[in-house]
Parts: sequence; structure tokens; C-alpha cells
Amino acid sequence: MTAAALASGGTFDQVGLLAGRAVRRVIRQPAQIVFPIAFPLVLLAVNASGLDAATKLPGFPSADYLDFALAVPFMQGALFAALNGGQDLARDIQGGFLDRLALTPISGAALLAGQLGGALFMGVVSAVLYLLVGLALGVGIAAGVAGALVLLVLAVCISFAFACFGMLVALRAGTGEAVQGFFPLFFVLLFLSSAFFPRDLIEQDWFAAVATYNPVSYMVEGLRSLVITGWDGEALAYAFAISAIAVVCFLVLSSRALRTRLTRT
Amino acid sequence: MLRTVTDERAIEVTGLVREFKGGVRAVDGIDLHVSTGEIYGFLGPNGAGKSTAVKVLTTLLPPTAGSARVAGYDVTREGAKVRAAIGVALQDVALDPMLTGREHMRLQAGLQGIARSERAARGDELLARVGLSDAAERKSSTYSGGMKRRLDLALALLHGPRILFLDEPTTGLDVQSRTALWDEVARLAREQGTTVFLTTQYLEEADVLADRVGIIDNGKIVAEGTPAALKAQVARPTIELAPRDPAGCDAARAALEPFGEPVAARHDGSIAVRLRTGADQLADIVRALDGADIPVANLALHEPTLDDVFLAKTGRSLEGSADVGEPDLPVPDPPAPDRAAA
Repeated sequence: MTAAALASGGTFDQVGLLAGRAVRRVIRQPAQIVFPIAFPLVLLAVNASGLDAATKLPGFPSADYLDFALAVPFMQGALFAALNGGQDLARDIQGGFLDRLALTPISGAALLAGQLGGALFMGVVSAVLYLLVGLALGVGIAAGVAGALVLLVLAVCISFAFACFGMLVALRAGTGEAVQGFFPLFFVLLFLSSAFFPRDLIEQDWFAAVATYNPVSYMVEGLRSLVITGWDGEALAYAFAISAIAVVCFLVLSSRALRTRLTRT
Repeated sequence: MLRTVTDERAIEVTGLVREFKGGVRAVDGIDLHVSTGEIYGFLGPNGAGKSTAVKVLTTLLPPTAGSARVAGYDVTREGAKVRAAIGVALQDVALDPMLTGREHMRLQAGLQGIARSERAARGDELLARVGLSDAAERKSSTYSGGMKRRLDLALALLHGPRILFLDEPTTGLDVQSRTALWDEVARLAREQGTTVFLTTQYLEEADVLADRVGIIDNGKIVAEGTPAALKAQVARPTIELAPRDPAGCDAARAALEPFGEPVAARHDGSIAVRLRTGADQLADIVRALDGADIPVANLALHEPTLDDVFLAKTGRSLEGSADVGEPDLPVPDPPAPDRAAA
């Protein structure tokens, strides 16, 4: 073998290879596609029919609850993507595949980025699907075509942030069970946000307070603003900023956790 | 054998210690060296510290104390250079069940920095060498244990390493798969001059494959040398017998006392004696037992093995490895040890 042949393929090459593997793993496990896409849509259908009366409340921001609730599947899809991505990584740790990767010249950053590939893929696929389903059900995007594109970008950013958290839990705990254990927490965060009800209409003080401090509220409101309000710079700024901060924080923590996990010299 | 073993040190370990939480010393001050082109067998029971030693030598775990150089590089300070020079197949076959054999090879080739234009050919060449060409497009989850081990070996060899670490490569394999893997490892050393550091709990594996063997127990190397030299340390054969009545052990021990010194028996309810001269004493022993009226349930003559070396050094037999290749002498009923020996 020539020295040139042995020369590093480069970080982008490594990330591409690992991301390709992550996507293949998702595609080859139908349960990782069907449930993350179907469950949020079923819940959307249930909520849209069951909570439609809420739109009669004075000050409710949309005439149709479906318009209001369309942001929720994007969040739930992100949670599922995080869960599946984290479990895949935990399986790599438990099965020793991470050791195999550690024995190659791959950098920690490339390893993290590659592992996130599958979650990112699922984030894009599910976001496009939720949007198409919403449009098919008659939801209008108040911010127009450009708004729909921004909606997809924001949804993918949120998905990426949650995937980073799933990765962090997997690296810290090293087991799929631990990742699974965080899933109810994610859902509690979602239910204690403004996902299902506008913050200014929440009458319980404690709930309103929790929803106000819950970053998930701002992610949902950013997505929702594009559907029912139009261009709301403040809501979008909050949503993108919180997603970006979450990505940076979780990536930094994941990077540290990876260094601890990979004790290679 | 055409193989060339040089004086150059491929692996050099001095006072290596690896301690875990709670003060457990999995590796407790080992010294060893492996020459270039040599097959070194690291033999020991489960939990002896073999895998921990491999993880330190392959840079996956930093040592607590001591030093180790692999391919001329320090494992603590020059981890990346060590990794570039070695191939590793760890005890747990780490494959992605969702990827095919060929996809594994492409992924590994890319991560090892092999040029794109060479990845496919190199991967297919290795798959062919380990006999997996026909299964290349199947997901690894459908592979048998032997096929997974072979794919693991092919992945370890993909970047042409100078030194190959194999951590219990044949554990759980059937005899046919085990033999095929032995052949491949021997061929690598013979034809390519690859240095092989092999851990195993199988006596036969160490005996057949290794140029030199290090026997490890409780994190320490208790014996080291060529299989022949190690066996020569306990050169005389051992006789082991189980009295039909377990209460007869003392009487049997007394009857055998003139024939050699007592050693630890491999089986409960048995006694063992290392013979003074050898198998020529067998007829006298049988007569002595018959004369003392000690009915015998089982009588075995053990030629020295690596297990005897382990037994002599640790007082214990290697787990599940006793009697490899040494059939017991049957004792017919009614007890007639002289006929059995004959």
C-alpha cells in the first residue's frame, strides 16, 4: 500500500462515512421511521379534533386548533430522533463498536458529527412530512413559501439540538436504557410548555411560570409563529437562539463526555 | 516454517500496571517483549488480566504505571502512531448488525485513511482472504459466530498493520472455524511477517500457534517461554487417580507416595502424583494399588501440557481446559488396575 493511499481521507470524509452509516441504520430499522412519524401525526389528529373548542377562548391565537397544534409534531419528531440516535450510540458503546472507531485515526469531532447524521436525516425527513401533511389537511403557512422553508430549517435545528442531548446522555450513561429513561422527561418538558396552549391563556400560575421558563415553549412558539402569525422576528430569534445555545452546550458537553468515554491515549 | 523472527522488539513492556476503581489491579506489574515476526500467546483463565493488557497495549486504556512501547512508539505519549501500526480484533466482535460485510470494509477503509480508489479492491481482497466473498452483501446480523470473527479479523488487517492483536479470537467458535482462524493467523505471520499478540484461554491454541507463551494469572506473568521449554520445566508425567470410594484418598496417596511427589489434582475427589521417572512406573503403581486393595474409578496418565505449567505455577488448573488431548485410561469393573494399565 502506498503512503499516499494511507494518507488521511480528511475529516469531511470521515464525517460523511459515519453519517452514511447512521442513515443506513435508520433506513434499515423501519421502527425508527414509522413510529417517530406516525405517532406525532396520530396525536395531532386526536388533539386537533378533541381540543378544537379551545379556539373559542377569547384571545386564542388561531381559528383552527390544527393550525395551532401543527408545531407539536415537529417537536415530537425531534424527541424521537434524539431517542433513536442516542440509543444507536449507546449500542455502539455497549457492543464495542466505539472502540473499533477509536482505533482508527478518526477525530472526536468527526465521530460526534457522524453519529448525528442519522438524527439529522430523520429530522429533515420527518419535518418535510409533517409540513406536507399539514398542508394537505388545509393548514396555511402565514409566512408563505419562504416561511415554510424557514419552518423546516428551524425544525431541523431543534431536531439537531435534541439529538445532541440524546448523544450526551448516551455518552455519559453508556446504555440504551438510560437514553430511554430520559424520554418521559422530554415529554414532560413538552407538556409543561406552551405546546398545547398559549402561555398567556394558562390560568394556573405554576404552569404559566414553568412554561415561561421552559425553553421548549420558545422552540414551539418559533415554529408556530410561522404558521399562524407570519414573520415574528422575536419568536424566531428566541427559537433559533435557544436551539443554537442548546446545540453548542450539548456538543461541548458531549465532546467532554466522549473524551471520558474514549480513554484512548 | 519460512517465518523470520528478528531481534527487533515489536512490543516491549516494563512494569505495566493497570488499576481500576477500588484498587483492583487487573494488570499488576508485567514485563514482556515480543520480537518482530513472532506469535506471542498470552495464556490465562478468565479474569486473569489478558484483555486489560491488550487494551493498554492498543492504546484504548492508559496504564496506571509502567511503560509499554508498541512498534517503537510509547503507548501513552504516541497513541496515534501506535494505532496506525496495529490491527486489533477485540474479545467482543464489534460489528454493526445493520451493515453488510462489504459496507463494514468500506467504512473501515475510509476511516483508516485508505484512498477512495483503493477501498473497494482492498476490502474485497480481504473478504476473499477470509472466505466471506459470498456473504459480502449480507448484513452482519445474519453471520454465524465464525463468520463474524473472520470479518473482524479482515477489518483488523485492512490497513496492513505490522502488529496484530487478537483478544481471544476463537472463543465460542466450533472446531472447524477455530482451525481455519489458526491457519490464517499462522499464514499472516509466515508470509507477511506480521507480529501477532494473541490472548487465549485455550491451551491447545497457545501450544499450536505461539512461538512463545506468557502465562498470566491475577494480573501477573507466572511463566514465560516457548511451549516446549515451559513443558520441560514440569517434564515428568503426572498420574491422577480417583478411588472408587472417596474415603480411600488417603490410602491411595500413601500407596503412591513411593512413586513421586504429590501435586494438585485437576479433579475433585482425585489425587495426583508427578512420577519420578515416567510412564515406566505405571505397572508398579497398578500393582501397588491392587496390593493395597484400593478400587479405582478412574486412572489417567498426563503427559506434561501447558496446563501442567499453569498448575505448577498457580496450584490451579486452567478453567475448562484440563485433559485437552489426553484421554483417560479406562478402568474396567470389577476393579483390575493392572489390566487397565496393560
